[in-house]
Amino acid sequence: MAEALKLFLPLDSVAVSLGANEVAGALLAEAAQRNVDIQLTRTGSRGMHWLEPLLEVERDGERLGFGPLEESDVGGLLDSLLDSKAKHAKSIGLAEEVPFFKNQTRLIFARCGVTDPLCLDDYAAHGGLAGLDAAIKKQGADICEEILASGLRGRGGAGFPAGIKWKTVAQAESDQKYIVCNADEGDSGTFADRMIMEGDPYLLIEGMAIAGLAVGATKGYIYLRSEYPIAANILNDAIAKAETAGLLGDNVRGSGKAFHLQVFIGAGAYICGEETSLLESLEGKRGEVRAKPPLPALEGLFGKPTLVHNVITLCSVPVILEKEAEFYRDFGMGKSTGTMPFQIAGNVKHGGLYETAFGVTLGELVETIGGGARTGKPVRAVQIGGPLGAYLPPSLFHLPMDYEAMLAKGAGVGHGGIVIFDESVDLLEQARYAFEFCVEESCGKCTPCRIGSVRGVEVIDRIRGRIDHDDNLVVLDDLCELMVDGSLCAMGGMTPIPVQSALKYFPEDFGLRPAKQAAE
Amino acid sequence: MKIAEIINPYVGETGGLITALQAVQAAQGFLPPETEAVAAEAFNLTKAEVKGVISFYADFHREPQGEIVVRLCAAEACQAAGGRDLAAAVEKKFALKSGETSASGDLTLEPVYCLGLCSAAPAALVGDKLVGRADAQRIEDAVARHAKERA
Repeated sequence: MAEALKLFLPLDSVAVSLGANEVAGALLAEAAQRNVDIQLTRTGSRGMHWLEPLLEVERDGERLGFGPLEESDVGGLLDSLLDSKAKHAKSIGLAEEVPFFKNQTRLIFARCGVTDPLCLDDYAAHGGLAGLDAAIKKQGADICEEILASGLRGRGGAGFPAGIKWKTVAQAESDQKYIVCNADEGDSGTFADRMIMEGDPYLLIEGMAIAGLAVGATKGYIYLRSEYPIAANILNDAIAKAETAGLLGDNVRGSGKAFHLQVFIGAGAYICGEETSLLESLEGKRGEVRAKPPLPALEGLFGKPTLVHNVITLCSVPVILEKEAEFYRDFGMGKSTGTMPFQIAGNVKHGGLYETAFGVTLGELVETIGGGARTGKPVRAVQIGGPLGAYLPPSLFHLPMDYEAMLAKGAGVGHGGIVIFDESVDLLEQARYAFEFCVEESCGKCTPCRIGSVRGVEVIDRIRGRIDHDDNLVVLDDLCELMVDGSLCAMGGMTPIPVQSALKYFPEDFGLRPAKQAAE
Repeated sequence: MKIAEIINPYVGETGGLITALQAVQAAQGFLPPETEAVAAEAFNLTKAEVKGVISFYADFHREPQGEIVVRLCAAEACQAAGGRDLAAAVEKKFALKSGETSASGDLTLEPVYCLGLCSAAPAALVGDKLVGRADAQRIEDAVARHAKERA
């Protein structure tokens, strides 16, 4: 009997939203009808989302890709696979040779799209657990030093040096410490957290376990947004398997140290991506932000020292321990070390996830890699780093993706999401939406955010209606300044960023004369 | 199952009030009025504190929703890919405004702020089914399929 046909199809939410489950059903049915033996593995996504659902077929140890597949393609595809000479219309050749994939530097997403997310043997066979095993041989303080030396910065948006946080938590005296993973990925244009949790959940578990060993925390929580049910199921299954395998529990891989992990599902509040709001929510309360200090590193969950990190930050940890700080630090530029999974989204031809070292330019990501707007019209603006990120024009596409370079232009890398807009975008409307979103999602604790956002919508409407136009522009400026200076957290403090960048780079949409070319 | 029986296992759990409310809603479809008093008693909180939590989170509903909930992403990546036009088309198709439930109780239309499908925008969630690269027709089809599955 012939060997089973080895097939790989993503279970990733994007692939599912485009019909992957229907394709999987059709594969089983059509194969049975043809009496063909198939072995179908559901994987994460490789991140080439315009090709999803992307089916891969293993031939001579290599994987041929076919996509984007529809249910109705499946019968014909199986027939052409059985006839070795036939070439299917949706063949993309070897999946790993597609330039979008081939040109990446995948330190974090190395296994995503390749392995079975829930198979621990697969994980270990592809380099998994090497970081944790290296960490177990070290003292906690040395692990913290390694993270500090790597230059790793928080990937959630703020870019704070991770090693400093680790040391602070490690040095705090307490009977209980926590590791909390912020998986409340609410920024539009970002999906890296979701993809890695769905496609390689053990990586996050490994990163959190290492963090636990480093700072002396025995309990961890993953605060996951409720909009990610597929990720929730996969994480829960992965944690159960990790416990059985001794990767989590009272004696992590024979280290003699305990680390327990649990998933907590949020209840639909963008603000809970802010770390103190998240901690309140994890305590079962309203997600109102806390004033800082005290820092969560000293007084976090239930008042105990807590290391709060974004998913991608924690997923960057295993490779640093496995290959050491120097290896990691050599990627990137300046103070932005390592790699970042950039997420190319919105009106884009080749949307998806592209992991590469910091320093890639915005233009490369938007035009070369992303292929520009899906509508074929010129790109007019991009928003970087979610709803609180700046709108930038093509004249700034030469900027490198680097924390400091972006900051110099009043923008930020954020969580690495890039939303592309074509020429039909109205930046006044986008500025209005920034305030509207803040009205919707403000926790209400501080006045500049709660009331300022409402006033912002009103001021924009008056500017649009040409009611005391110039005076209202002054009011807008004043309001933004107040929100920046007076808000308790980034929600109110950064809402002015999309507003003011829209006004600065696209003044014509606000009834002003066009800006001179914004570059330099 | 009585509401107290649903809630009690979560007392003492980390963030147990939120998880308990999620469990009640999963079982009942919404949070019936007595939930506040029962949860307050179980968690040793005031009714105001429980109400404060319920009203804070968008996921909690104090009224039953439609048989099918259609959630259209209203965030930037979907706006960039025609999400506003899609929302208008869907509102027209179902003769409902965003946030409303049809008089028959068949369908609720509401916005959602990001489903993490931003590379396949615009996106929607119809019942529990994700729809990427959505258009009005695909959403209508998903609603019809959902109705058929429930029938």
